[in-house]
Amino acid sequence: MSLIDPALQGLVDSLNARYGLCLDDGRLEQWPEFFVDNCLYQVIARENVENGLPAAVMYCDSKGMLIDRVVALRRANVFPEHFSRHLISRAILTGIDGETVTSEASYAVLQTRNDGETRIYNAGKYVDRLLINDGVVHLVSRMCVYDTHRIATLLATPI
Amino acid sequence: MNAASPMGMPSLPTAVDYRVYHDAHIFAAEQRNIFKGRTWCYLGLEAEIPNSGDYRATHVGETPVVLVRGEEGKIHAWVNRCAHKGATVCRSLRGNQADGSFVCVYHQWAYDAEGTLVGVPFRRGLKGVGGYDKNFDPANHSLEKLRVESYRGMVFGTFSADVEPLEVFLGPVMCKYIDRVFHRPIKVLGYSRQYMAGNWKLYSENSRDSYHGALLHLFYPTFGIYRQSQDSAGELDEQGYHNVFTVSKPKGDIDYGSFGDEANREMQGVAKLQDESLLQFRPEIEDDVGLHIQSLFPSVVLQQIQNTLATRQIVTFGVDKTELVWTYFGYTDDDEETTRHRLRNLNLVGPSGLISMEDGEAVELCQQGTAGAEGKHSFIEMGGDDVRGYYAPMGMDENAVRGFWKGYLSLMGEALAVSAEASA
Repeated sequence: MSLIDPALQGLVDSLNARYGLCLDDGRLEQWPEFFVDNCLYQVIARENVENGLPAAVMYCDSKGMLIDRVVALRRANVFPEHFSRHLISRAILTGIDGETVTSEASYAVLQTRNDGETRIYNAGKYVDRLLINDGVVHLVSRMCVYDTHRIATLLATPI
Repeated sequence: MNAASPMGMPSLPTAVDYRVYHDAHIFAAEQRNIFKGRTWCYLGLEAEIPNSGDYRATHVGETPVVLVRGEEGKIHAWVNRCAHKGATVCRSLRGNQADGSFVCVYHQWAYDAEGTLVGVPFRRGLKGVGGYDKNFDPANHSLEKLRVESYRGMVFGTFSADVEPLEVFLGPVMCKYIDRVFHRPIKVLGYSRQYMAGNWKLYSENSRDSYHGALLHLFYPTFGIYRQSQDSAGELDEQGYHNVFTVSKPKGDIDYGSFGDEANREMQGVAKLQDESLLQFRPEIEDDVGLHIQSLFPSVVLQQIQNTLATRQIVTFGVDKTELVWTYFGYTDDDEETTRHRLRNLNLVGPSGLISMEDGEAVELCQQGTAGAEGKHSFIEMGGDDVRGYYAPMGMDENAVRGFWKGYLSLMGEALAVSAEASA
């Protein structure tokens, strides 16, 4: 078994760290830029994945759809005011094929609403396909498989 | 001096005492009079349990129930509570019990798919020691069984011995619209569960409230897609318990860009969709109905919105704890591309739905806002104070909300006043 190149590991972990902070800082307009144009982003219950069922609560198969999500969230959707906090584990690289890397990482999203209490809002794992080109990493697909299949109130901000 | 009742004005379909959202005695009375009363409660879809031994955990109100496909395809439902000590018998959300028996882990009392007790360890004791009395009859210790009936693959159960047959309970208008969605065999695409810190009736009102649609859910107007001229209508069953909303798409090709011209909001067209495939609608039923939202009293909503198909089951865990279980489905003959299209459309609905997520927030806002407001009343007179069987357009009317309260109040009867006094 070959050793994982530490630089590659660092690139993937760094992408995840930047991704989490981008959402948590509320820089939502920058979020679609983590993805390639022809991407697939899903937020799907683990109970569906494990039963071979495809329905996701978010299913965006283009960067345009990610942008539409952000515009809707900013201008149209009504949801409880909140902060998010992503805690993301070190990634496990599950496959490397040329410029394409597959990886998985656990996450927990904590949410703090106006009452000030911080609650575990959504826990799960990222199942990712990444494109690495000249040291620049983009997500080709990200499937957020959530354990927390009871969604509190609603899920507006991407995971 | 006016001897006003300490309870104040009684609730009417047009004015409901906010106490009903907060009172634990009323909640308990609802479990008896509504969920275990003369109603049929939705349990699930036949398509979820296609094979013998398949089961699915479900609820009637707050009561845990298991839906099981028995031998020869017959569907059974029983309360998930062992007849011995009350322990939960079936501990998984779904699965297949190949041998058709359900065994309580605590003392291994075993039940068949119908819920009949078929095995008790050490029933005769061991070597003449212990065991049950010789008069112990397993037939008297089965799981509590519900009457089960299906309509077009939607399975309902009841605790009532004398409620009318399901099809009569639903009535011909509701059946006609259920037929519409289930015009061909379906397959389940998955689930989502949305937990609201609000009373179940706030959600029941919400799904029957055609007034809020374009006012709370701003996705369409934000992208300049809403248009008042779409044909819409509301229909109720004879008693007013159930209702259905339909909105028809304009005939012919849909040019979303043109919708802004007729939008009724100042914010029309402020944004443009980057990817319109999200909204694409491929009519697949013999009409142009793009939205069909049907609320069946007391606990389920059936919907077709664009090409999304779903049931939303209301589970009541407490006065301010309500779970909405979304079961998404398509048709069995969907090809991969059609399924993908449905998944894309599903962005519109569910807990992350671009045109629906706000309902969860609205329920919680009403729960928070009515705290401590016992004796004060809501105001439900948009479009009149009566309950009509048909109205069109539906956007300026709370007719179906009044229908819900009419049904609710008639089932609750005296229990409402008695419960309120018990809490006072």
